[in-house]
Formats: sequence, structure tokens, C-alpha cells
Amino acid sequence: MATATQDIQLCDDGGLKHFLTIEGLNKQRLTEILDTAESFVGVNNKATKKVPLLRGKTVANLFFENSTRTRTTFELAAKRLSADVLNINVSVSAASKGETLLDTLRNLQAMQCDMFVVRHSASGAAHFIASHVEPHVSVINAGDGQHSHPTQAMLDMFAIRRNKSDFAKLKVVIVGDILHSRVARSQIHALNILGTREIVAVGPKTLLPENISELGVTVEHNLEKALPDTDVVIGLRLQKERMRSALLSTEDEYFRSYGLTEDRIKLAKPDAIVMHPGPTNRGVEIEASVADGPQSIILEQVTGGIATRMAIMSIAMGNIEKSLSGSRTDSGLVN
Amino acid sequence: MADHSTIDQDEVAGWLSSMSNELQNLLSARHANKTPRIVGIKTGGVIVARELNKRLGLDDEPGELNISFYRDDFSRVGLHPQVGASKIGFPIDDEIIILVDDVLYSGRTIRAAMNEIFDYGRPERIILATLISRAEGRELPICADVTGAELKLSSHQNFKLQENLSLEIEARSCQPQS
Repeated sequence: MATATQDIQLCDDGGLKHFLTIEGLNKQRLTEILDTAESFVGVNNKATKKVPLLRGKTVANLFFENSTRTRTTFELAAKRLSADVLNINVSVSAASKGETLLDTLRNLQAMQCDMFVVRHSASGAAHFIASHVEPHVSVINAGDGQHSHPTQAMLDMFAIRRNKSDFAKLKVVIVGDILHSRVARSQIHALNILGTREIVAVGPKTLLPENISELGVTVEHNLEKALPDTDVVIGLRLQKERMRSALLSTEDEYFRSYGLTEDRIKLAKPDAIVMHPGPTNRGVEIEASVADGPQSIILEQVTGGIATRMAIMSIAMGNIEKSLSGSRTDSGLVN
Repeated sequence: MADHSTIDQDEVAGWLSSMSNELQNLLSARHANKTPRIVGIKTGGVIVARELNKRLGLDDEPGELNISFYRDDFSRVGLHPQVGASKIGFPIDDEIIILVDDVLYSGRTIRAAMNEIFDYGRPERIILATLISRAEGRELPICADVTGAELKLSSHQNFKLQENLSLEIEARSCQPQS
């Protein structure tokens, strides 16, 4: 599937057409996204927070799974690019009336939508949709099952680069429920592609995937041992629904061993940054004073998420337009 | 002109001086009690903007515009993140803005730049100053208030302003110009 994914999300010349997964992308592609996001930051600080890049395009937010932060930042990103946005909460609409995913899709295509932002509880859903859309449509994965959440990973890379610049010098600790986290998976791929010095995955054995070291990370079950010399600490949301299964004993016990507390953060480098993809469970995986503390860049992640998603949407849409128009580089426009 | 491949710094410096004189006359005639703000279009326009800023004796750093997000040919040339973000460190509302570019040709860049400026605020006036105004090839009803020189060039050629303020005449490249 890796090869198929790689092919499907790229144009013939290697430019991004869909954004489904970090896997298979090279450093140049990821850097292009981060650089473009950097130039969009200014747009969000202007009096008129808009640029006309996607004017006349229609973006459909297709959310088969609940989300507030991801959906709203995608919506804002599309609107700041001047696109029209449709928010479709599929879990309470067509799907509940028995319409299949492909029927929903074909209907939206018939309404001349140009981009689908897809979140689905099934791994591979965005990929499935991308393989069925017409050539003028771009598909962005906003989280599929336990597989991938590439835009979240990119906004995290953006936040890290703005605070720390050179990935080759960084030690990054990711702590929590990595087994169920599509965010962690995408982060690990992105960190590796960008050449991060050391990535440590920390959590109880029951919450780490068996083959995790194959992803290019060091595994550690003791958070205190992992933290010294760390530049970036990423906490993951403990999905409370997992508590009911036999994977964890209690929230209290988890917090005692893996909670990001002020005392633990002191073990990392003094200028270490603390990140979390949200929503945070205060007192379960992170102490309130850490989440709101001076080392936390959690809200900066959210803000940067808009610029990062603007970058991804405009790169993908631009590449599709270029590939359809057939005139790739011979710009006739000068001054 | 088209048979020369370079225009040297001295000639360009002469144009810049006459531009700053013209600008001063223009400003004192209508806006004597106001300090103008200079905004250059990346990347060639910023070089010219810095020079005019110096010659007009203005204190503020000139603003810099990256107009790629406002271009009308985005689908043909894509984004150019390496050009860097726009930076305008002063308010635009009710200000006299001197918009500066190296070359005025089709007029599309200026159209895009004016759109972007209005997203920062509502200026009292925009004055357009370009080092060169190409005599032919306009595609929009835009002309400069102040120019260093009006030159004719074949449509296959471009001016490229160098950091040392000389001008190269080159065959049109694939990359879009500022």
C-alpha cells in the first residue's frame, strides 16, 4: 500500500496533489510545505485576513468523525484562501440514511467541489476517496482511523521549526498512547524525514505498538529516564474510551507514571518546549500548570495550524491546476 | 537598447536620482505635510525601494510585498515560498504609499500589489514608481507616476536588476519575475 499511496498523492512531476500520508514524501516536499506555511503567517496578521488564491474553489469538509479543532482550522484556512466551504457532518446525514461513501462523494462531485477534506474512523478512508475522485479534485486527509493525520504532523513540525530551527540537533520525546495515535505515527514519519537526531517513544507496553522501533524510534517505558537532554516533549491525548479496555488500570496511575508534570519537565533541557495535539485531559496526561506554562506551545500549534493547512491546500490545488492546464513552467507573466 | 546586455550602475544611479527628485516634487505639491511610506515589490522592487528610501531621507525601513498569493497566474506558476513573506512594519490607513517595482511591463504585478496593500488598510494615495517602464506590452490600464527610464525590449527579453544596481538584459526565463 505504501507504493500505491505514494503514487496516488503525487503528480507526475512529484508535486503534491492529494495529502494523504507523510510516508513516501521526501524532505524537499515537507520543507516546501513548511516554507509556504511561513509565508502565510503574515496573512493571518493582516487587517483583512484573506488572500485570493482559492477564489472560486469549493472545499468540502467531509467529517465522518467528530472534530472541532481540526475542522474549524481547516474551515478558517480555506476561507482565508477565499474558497467557499461546505461543512458536512456525514455521521448525522447521508450515512445514517444508508447512502454509501461513494454515493456521497459522487453527489459532492456533481456539485463541482474542488477539494475534500476527509476525516474518517476507518484507516485508509482518505486514500480510498482519493482513488475514486475525478482528476480535478484534491483530497486532504484530516485523520483516518489509527493510520495517519498528516496535516497535524506538519503543523507540529512547523511549530518545532519556528522554536528550534534545526531538526538534526533535536531530541524529541513522544509520550502516551502511541498505539492508537494516528498523530504520533505521522509525527514520527515527519520527524525522521526531516532528519531529527533522536526520537523516543515513551508509554506503557500496552500502549506502544509492537513493531514501533521499526519506525525509527527508541522505545522507553520510563518517562524520567527518557527526558534528560530533550528539546521537544510531545504529550498525546489519552483516549478515555481506551480506559474501559484492559490496556490501562486507572487515570490516576497513568498520571503518576506518564503525566507531564512540572517536576518531570524540569528533567528536560531548560529551554525544552512542550506540545500536545489537543484536546488535553488536564490531570490525566498533562498537568494544568504545564499546559498553561511558559514552555507550552500548545496554542501556538493551533495558530500555526491555520497557516500550515493554508499551505497544504494551496500547494495541492495549485499542482492540480498546473497538471490540468498542461503549462507547467512557461509563465507568460512578467512584471 | 536591446543590443546591450548590461546597463551599468552609474546610469541606473542617475535614474534613481531623477526618480527621487520627481517624487519630491510630486509630494511637496500635494502632500507637503505628510511623510510618505515606501513599499517595494519583492524582489527587484525592494532593491529600488531601499535606494529611494535613502535618497528621500526616510527613517522607516521600506515595506516588502510578496505578491505571489495575489497573482492571477497562480495556477500556471504555483507558489514561490522562497520569495518570503510580505513585511509591512507600519500602518497603511490614510498614508501616502510609494509603491516601487523595478520594471513595469504587463501591469499585472502592480494590480496584485495594490490588492494586497488594500488588505492591510486604506491608503490615502498610492504613487507608483518604477525604475523602468517598458514601452510596450501593457495588459492593464496601469502607468507609473514616476519612472527612471522608458525602454523598449523584445518580448523575449527581460530586465533583471542586480543587487549592485546594474541591470542585466536576459532571455526570458521560466521563473516569474518580481
